[in-house]
Amino acid sequence: MSAADLQTPLKRARGLGSAKSGVHHWIVQRVTAVALIPLCLWLVYLVLAAMNADYAQARALVHAPANALLLIAFVLAVFWHAQLGLQVVIEDYVHTRWLEIASQLAIKFFCVLGAVACVLAIVKIALA
Amino acid sequence: MAQTARPLSPHLGVYRWQITMTLSILHRATGIALAVGTLLVIAALLALAAGPESYAQVHGFCASPFGLFLLFGWTWSLCYHLCNGVRHLAWDAGWGFEIPRTYVTGWTVVIASVVLTILVWACVLTRGAA
Repeated sequence: MSAADLQTPLKRARGLGSAKSGVHHWIVQRVTAVALIPLCLWLVYLVLAAMNADYAQARALVHAPANALLLIAFVLAVFWHAQLGLQVVIEDYVHTRWLEIASQLAIKFFCVLGAVACVLAIVKIALA
Repeated sequence: MAQTARPLSPHLGVYRWQITMTLSILHRATGIALAVGTLLVIAALLALAAGPESYAQVHGFCASPFGLFLLFGWTWSLCYHLCNGVRHLAWDAGWGFEIPRTYVTGWTVVIASVVLTILVWACVLTRGAA
């Protein structure tokens, strides 16, 4: 029996260096979080402004270049941040392997589709 | 799969209640709620791009009692997740780990989230609800 057989997986992994992407998830979650602080406050302001607007006025709000830009930034940050967060929740609580993989895929597909749909809608309004 | 038979941590039942544990799970819960809330963002933007009829449908849903209930819940979820998120970022920067300080910042987050929610809905009500 070699020494490696008696070692825990942690002992074998230690000292081998980083897996290259170890903190990437953590960092992107923080970067999108910081971006979302001003973007969320601005979105609440925009929604309050759009609340009593009729259709044409609401469209004009999103049509304004600064609003369209910030909305796209918000949408990209929010779906990215949501995907990262939901991924960790599933990793923590879903222990049935096939269900875990299925829900991870579903979350990722939903977030990408949602982001693309929102950006398409904003671009359509912005360029109209 | 013998490993899954190990005793698993955390043993939630043996801990005395602390505000920090509640705020921790609330951060996750509000995060999940807000992720569900992106459905409304998608619906609103797609409807706005599609035309007046579909926009009126989304607007009508938001103004319905159930819609207002959801919007109120999402408002507080957003305020809470935002405030507690800032608390998390402070921890990430290495600030605020002392136990008494986690309680102070915790209660600050709770109060700030409620105040912000009231402020937002004061704006909603004074402008004539939805």
